[in-house]
Amino acid sequence: MSTLVRRRTDWTGITFAVVLTLVIVLPLLVVGTWAFTNVWRYPSLIPQEFGLRFWNQTLARADVWSSISMSLTLAVTVTVLSAVICLPAAYAFARMEFPGRSILFFSFLAGHAFPKFGLLVAIAGIFLQLNLIGTFWGVVLIQLVGTLLFMIWIPVAAFQAVDRRMEEAARDVGATPMRVFWSITLPQAGPTIAAAILLSFVGTFYETEGAWLIGAPQVRTLPVLMISFINNQPVIQYGAVLSVLLWVPSFIALMFARKVVNSGSFARGFGG
Amino acid sequence: MSVLNIKDVSKIFPGGTRAVDTFSLDVADGELVCLLGPSGSGKSTLLRMVGGFETPTSGQMTIDGDDITHVPPERRPTGMVFQSHALWTHMNVFKNLAFGLKLRKVAPAEIKRRVEAVLELVGLGGYGTRAVTQLSGGQQQRVALARSLVLEPKILLLDEPFASLDQHLRERLREEVRDIQQRLKITTLFVTHGQDEALSMADRIVVMRDGKTEQIDRPDIVYREPRTPFVAGFIGTMNLIEGTVANGVFSKAGYSTPVPVADGPATQAIRPEALELTLATDNAQGKVHRVTDFGTHGLVDLELLDSTRIKAMVSHPGLFQPGQGVALAPKAIAAYRDDILIHRGALTPEIAARRETIDA
Repeated sequence: MSTLVRRRTDWTGITFAVVLTLVIVLPLLVVGTWAFTNVWRYPSLIPQEFGLRFWNQTLARADVWSSISMSLTLAVTVTVLSAVICLPAAYAFARMEFPGRSILFFSFLAGHAFPKFGLLVAIAGIFLQLNLIGTFWGVVLIQLVGTLLFMIWIPVAAFQAVDRRMEEAARDVGATPMRVFWSITLPQAGPTIAAAILLSFVGTFYETEGAWLIGAPQVRTLPVLMISFINNQPVIQYGAVLSVLLWVPSFIALMFARKVVNSGSFARGFGG
Repeated sequence: MSVLNIKDVSKIFPGGTRAVDTFSLDVADGELVCLLGPSGSGKSTLLRMVGGFETPTSGQMTIDGDDITHVPPERRPTGMVFQSHALWTHMNVFKNLAFGLKLRKVAPAEIKRRVEAVLELVGLGGYGTRAVTQLSGGQQQRVALARSLVLEPKILLLDEPFASLDQHLRERLREEVRDIQQRLKITTLFVTHGQDEALSMADRIVVMRDGKTEQIDRPDIVYREPRTPFVAGFIGTMNLIEGTVANGVFSKAGYSTPVPVADGPATQAIRPEALELTLATDNAQGKVHRVTDFGTHGLVDLELLDSTRIKAMVSHPGLFQPGQGVALAPKAIAAYRDDILIHRGALTPEIAARRETIDA
């Protein structure tokens, strides 16, 4: 029977798919191609010469390697600190009543509601007086601000979605409140929280303005290095190679996400 | 072997709502007591206080003489089954049941033995490795029951456990739970708003209204001898007729029957099965509105002369047609005034004789 049912052609869907492909995939394809190109001159549609010349040149540079390890260290430090600070706070927001709760809750939105660069410049002024400019911990602090929204709002939704009766049932069979949190609440909220942590890691890894304004020139992350490459050298391939390098962590993160997080709970984190 | 005593317990919520009002109840060893009432009557709040999820504003609760009023839920010898079953979806059936035993540091082999035994008891033998979400609603509720039973609680608390199930399943589970409860002789407190559930399962029923007790009695007594009009109306179908008594005769719009009480307003309560109908042309006290045939019996909806609706059960529904006049002959009545029972009785021959003179 089902073979007789003809699905109508969904033209809206196809249009969306085509437009999205053009907008997202095509630029990626161009950048990817540039990274493996030795010679590509106008008006040829495909490069005249493919090769790994610029990979060798890029990877031979010490500043590239130091910026990669700087970026990774920063992203890990910021994510861990953010989790330690934000998860208990998110639990409090989700489950407790205290004065100023909603004002505090919405204040996390404030950091994203105004032009970010203005805020960064103001913070840079303060950091200058505190001697935090150009230091690792200065960049950590500025990037922590950026993760707050994700790391509070998504886990709050996750904790709120945990059935109170499940927690009560655990108390009923003899679990202390701490044990209930570890054995019931956290595993129930786990996949969604993993999504938040992932987002905050990837977001920190790619964060550029804050790292540049606070960290430069001593602290150089991979995106900051890429900007200086693009600004200082009219060779497209350097930027392209670094772009491809920058995809690696997000690609790994996404693969990890597909394994750990099923799509349903990932969506739940965004209120889906 | 456990006894639950609740003494003068009140619960006032921060908003000022008095959910439970100086409530007292003693549940005997092995007894199943149903808390029955409409939503908002405080029955669930009371159960949650016994389970330790709410703290009483005042009063005392003891189990086997030990004061548990302020003991946290994890240290109470109670086991609760929730309406939404509240199974932990990230654990399979076995782990759900084993969690409490693990917390009690029971040896793994012993855990395995006890979990399998209790799964057998609720009819889910071999379901240990199933994911909770793969089970049907009835199976999930059985696992929830098993999760409480495996810890051998002194008091079993059931909070409308069948409310989310369909009618057939509810009736079957009701019998199973009653069987298990009697086999284990476990003292049980059961909250429900379904009167049939209460009537079919309970040793005693507590009818609650606005946080207070209206009546505590055996199911048959609650049904036959309700002490207030609220209980009369809440359990089963009951005709409640508001009228006046004068000279020992209750009357309402052409319908009258002797009731030996002082003059004044009164509410008369008659079960549909205690109201006999006869076809009448001249002395009609009411008019047939609708006849419903249930196969085993029929139900006649009728209107008194002032359009008050009442119901009567008849054995031959075919005899009655809408629009026909009928005379009413109550066989057992109760009368209430100011929410208090003032008279109850089957009509004795002597009173029946008096009625004939009234009817004439």
